[in-house]
Amino acid sequence: MEKYRVIEVKEAVRAGNDRRADELRAIMRERGQFLVNLMSSPGSGKTTLLARTIQALASEMRIAVMEADIDSDVDAAAISATGARVIQLHTGGMCHLDASMCRQGLDNLAADDADLIVLENVGNLVCPAEFDTGAAANVTILSVPEGDDKPLKYPLMYEVCDVVLVNKIDVLPYFDFDLARCIENVRMRNPRARVIPLCAKTGEGMEEWYQWLRESVAAYTA
Amino acid sequence: MHELGIVFHIVDMVEELGRDHDLGSVAKVNLRLGEVSGVIPDYLQDCWRWAADRSELLHGCELVIEPVNAITVCNSCGRTYPTVEFGKICPHCTSPDTVLLQGNEMELDSIEVPEDEPA
Repeated sequence: MEKYRVIEVKEAVRAGNDRRADELRAIMRERGQFLVNLMSSPGSGKTTLLARTIQALASEMRIAVMEADIDSDVDAAAISATGARVIQLHTGGMCHLDASMCRQGLDNLAADDADLIVLENVGNLVCPAEFDTGAAANVTILSVPEGDDKPLKYPLMYEVCDVVLVNKIDVLPYFDFDLARCIENVRMRNPRARVIPLCAKTGEGMEEWYQWLRESVAAYTA
Repeated sequence: MHELGIVFHIVDMVEELGRDHDLGSVAKVNLRLGEVSGVIPDYLQDCWRWAADRSELLHGCELVIEPVNAITVCNSCGRTYPTVEFGKICPHCTSPDTVLLQGNEMELDSIEVPEDEPA
């Protein structure tokens, strides 16, 4: 029988990525640029929310955006129409962005004067939560048509999030979506997460989100 | 579908080890995988076979997955409970002040190389 020699490794598969993410966070802290990682499933309204946010806050802060998708540049085109600096990142089939891809994206974005940089991650509730991008804050959108049970089905996404935006509340009357139960489901996974119900299309509830961004950016650029 | 991305990270790690230890082939990769790591072992195996066979170092290499149960400890009452069944809320005292003790692991434990490989 063939004999084997064992080489002990004992290293987390994500350890390398975590190191690179911490390095990137330190760099962004130094530069005073607040990097937000925006995640959600496809079609939850990330791009609509972002476009409205840029329009609302354009006079108060400089905003730049990195759009990550497996392919296409439709999101970048939509954001570009707001006048914000934007680049499109293609993950080449990968379902998430890791810290080194994020850093490369920032280098290409070359938005050294931006106060707020938003990384619009690949639409997916699983993998983006697993790989630390180096962002200062993680935000996820949960839209009403997706159902109030998403935090139970995709626990990690809700555990890593600082803010959960419950989007499309204008259609609440048409769906079996219980907002109180949704908040309870988020709390079960993450008691610290801030939950903000809003509608990016009508603007309802957006002020609380803007305020969170204003305070976070102010704390970071101070 | 995220299993493939994870497999690429593991392949990168092992190939780096292969360079460090000057290895020609690796027979087994031993991975510890937590119950709430969000990784599905079957999918990981499928992706592993696909990716490993494309690597000269890892062609035919077996991925051995050791499962790790998820256990949470409650900071309020000090007791532990199974995470999958009860989530973040302690079933003993209903406190939400709980911390995952184990079960989120995705750790490259060791690799095994044929004895006749150079040290």
